[in-house]
Amino acid sequence: MAIKPAGTLYRGKVGMWSWVLHRISGVGIFFFLLVHVLDTALVRVSPEAYNIVIESYKTPVVGLAELGLVGAILFHGLNGLRVIAIDFWSKGTKYQSVMFWVVITVTVVAVAGFTPMHLARVFGH
Amino acid sequence: MAELSVPTIESFTVTLIVRRFDPENDTEPKWEDFDVEMYGTDRVLDALHKIKWEQDGSLTFRRSCAHGVCGSDAMRINGRNRLACKTLIKDLDISKPIYVEPIKGLPVEKDLIVDMTPFYKAYLEINPFLVATDKPKKERLQSPEDRARYDDTTKCILCAACTSSCPVFWTDGQYFGPAAIVNAHRFIFDSRDENAELRLDILNDKEGVWRCRTTFNCTEACPRGIEVTKAIAEVKQAILRGRA
Repeated sequence: MAIKPAGTLYRGKVGMWSWVLHRISGVGIFFFLLVHVLDTALVRVSPEAYNIVIESYKTPVVGLAELGLVGAILFHGLNGLRVIAIDFWSKGTKYQSVMFWVVITVTVVAVAGFTPMHLARVFGH
Repeated sequence: MAELSVPTIESFTVTLIVRRFDPENDTEPKWEDFDVEMYGTDRVLDALHKIKWEQDGSLTFRRSCAHGVCGSDAMRINGRNRLACKTLIKDLDISKPIYVEPIKGLPVEKDLIVDMTPFYKAYLEINPFLVATDKPKKERLQSPEDRARYDDTTKCILCAACTSSCPVFWTDGQYFGPAAIVNAHRFIFDSRDENAELRLDILNDKEGVWRCRTTFNCTEACPRGIEVTKAIAEVKQAILRGRA
């Protein structure tokens, strides 16, 4: 039998995984904002350089990454509301799991609605 | 005489994979597997006993009452914190091996035994005793409504299943942890107690209630069914209000 050398991963439920997703999406959004602030600030330095940078974003890879960005922001924002409800609403702890699935459903539906529109734009020309 | 038919009680063989550490010979923990024959009424603790008594006497774990009251045998069973004495083997998936590990976030001393000192230290810091200066002739009276406010948190047996299920506690051993906050809650919301303010002040610390990230692992792990995350949220609210 293959014996795992390390300890097992803790099998937490949706509360734990929502926290993990919240952190990962948060770090991802931070790096996007960092790049976004830098490239937008470039317009003050050199409008030509700014144009070159923005033009370089128009590739399918960045297009797909934008899809991920929309999903991450939606999840992070909605789950943030869920965390606020847990802290400030007296029944928040009782319904945390239900609220998590609401967050996931809204995120998935919104991203699914956005995807065809966005992909048509990315691959359209 | 008619033949007596003695019903046979069905038994099954189950594999336990136990995470072991011998401080005298090992530099790091390792997994070891044992096959044991068990019955439907047996718990994980019974399996550990059987291993210790019949296969390997060096297997080390804590247990006292063996009936879910003393809180000695909290351990990680199939990746979740449980009391070994309250977990029936038949309720687990017995077609697969059962993984048994020490609880996480506290230093392992030997096999399934961890050093509980940091856990008890956090518990002591919140002053887990009634502070009342009045000297009534008889008992201190309390209405059923006032008693109900902290009923849930009186059930704690200090097994550390909650604190050692908390991802924040795993990485930040300075965090008070759910168990200490639960026991603070038990006195903060007790109408007879006079020291709620001090306890709220202690928990309004960088390493206090604000470290809680509401992962609900503690609520899910508690063998007494205490709504731990809810209790922590109530303490957070009390700190914001400035009173219990």
